[in-house]
Amino acid sequence: MITESPQFPDLVYKFHETIRPLDVKLIYEGEVNHEIMKVFTSLTEKELKAEEFKGQKKVFNIMVESLQNISKHSDSMSGDKKDNIGNGIFLISNNKEELTVVTGNIIKNDKKSFLNEKLTHINSLDKEELRAYYKEMLKVAKISNKGGAGLGFIDIARKTQNKLLFEFHDIDKEYSFFIISAKISKNK
Amino acid sequence: MKNLEIKRTNQTPEIILNAETGVFSFKGRSLPEDSAKFYQSVISWLDEYENNLNKQTQVIFELDYFNTASAKAIFSTIIKFDKLFKNGHTIKIDWLYDEDDEDMMELGKEYKELFKIDIELISKSE
Repeated sequence: MITESPQFPDLVYKFHETIRPLDVKLIYEGEVNHEIMKVFTSLTEKELKAEEFKGQKKVFNIMVESLQNISKHSDSMSGDKKDNIGNGIFLISNNKEELTVVTGNIIKNDKKSFLNEKLTHINSLDKEELRAYYKEMLKVAKISNKGGAGLGFIDIARKTQNKLLFEFHDIDKEYSFFIISAKISKNK
Repeated sequence: MKNLEIKRTNQTPEIILNAETGVFSFKGRSLPEDSAKFYQSVISWLDEYENNLNKQTQVIFELDYFNTASAKAIFSTIIKFDKLFKNGHTIKIDWLYDEDDEDMMELGKEYKELFKIDIELISKSE
């Protein structure tokens, strides 16, 4: 319980002060499921309409894919992962120049090299190559209740037209924390 | 053969597959929690339609958004339509998109390039 931390209430202030100057508009840590995805995309849809930012749909798209990545592919350290429910951190940073969606979630270490390879490959492709890769993956990927992390990342990369930034933080022998951020430049 | 009619929701499209007229429409947006499950009823229905073909079939996609899981399901659905086309059935797909939705137009183009069946890209002006 947060109030039991010896650093409370200071840590609330420190947390606020840390993220405030970073244009963070939304930050969420916890269970990510279909309902959560609905709530945040709906919230963002409204906010972006007000901002009259033409890339609304792209942001919506990236949010859906990012949140679904957490809900489908994050792993639980206690090993009891339910279908389409995951835990993670999700945040949006937004200013005049750009909007960035960041997600972080636990993954089993046996996923690391696949993710690393896939994302590095995606980052190496230009617009036309990404398009070709997307088509290839459409053909190859089977429908499953997982949806498929393959297409999602390609889609995010195509929509943002920027490199995907990603990192793995070691937790222990079995698990790492996977962070990925997708940036939309507003003035391209 | 009974029609398939699925009502639209905030996350799933309206789907009307009319066996009598041979007009199939998919309208709205698609981001179901489990897209394989959602589209399974469409795939099963189409399997049955294959043995109960109308004289001709017209498919209309009028989607304003779909997630990547749906993209795969839609791909699987178009495979069915393409199969009917390759077997000599008169069938065509109209892919409607908002005139300023380049992404939706692109997606239609990509499906068009992947199949033999005619997929016409049609821009809608509001």
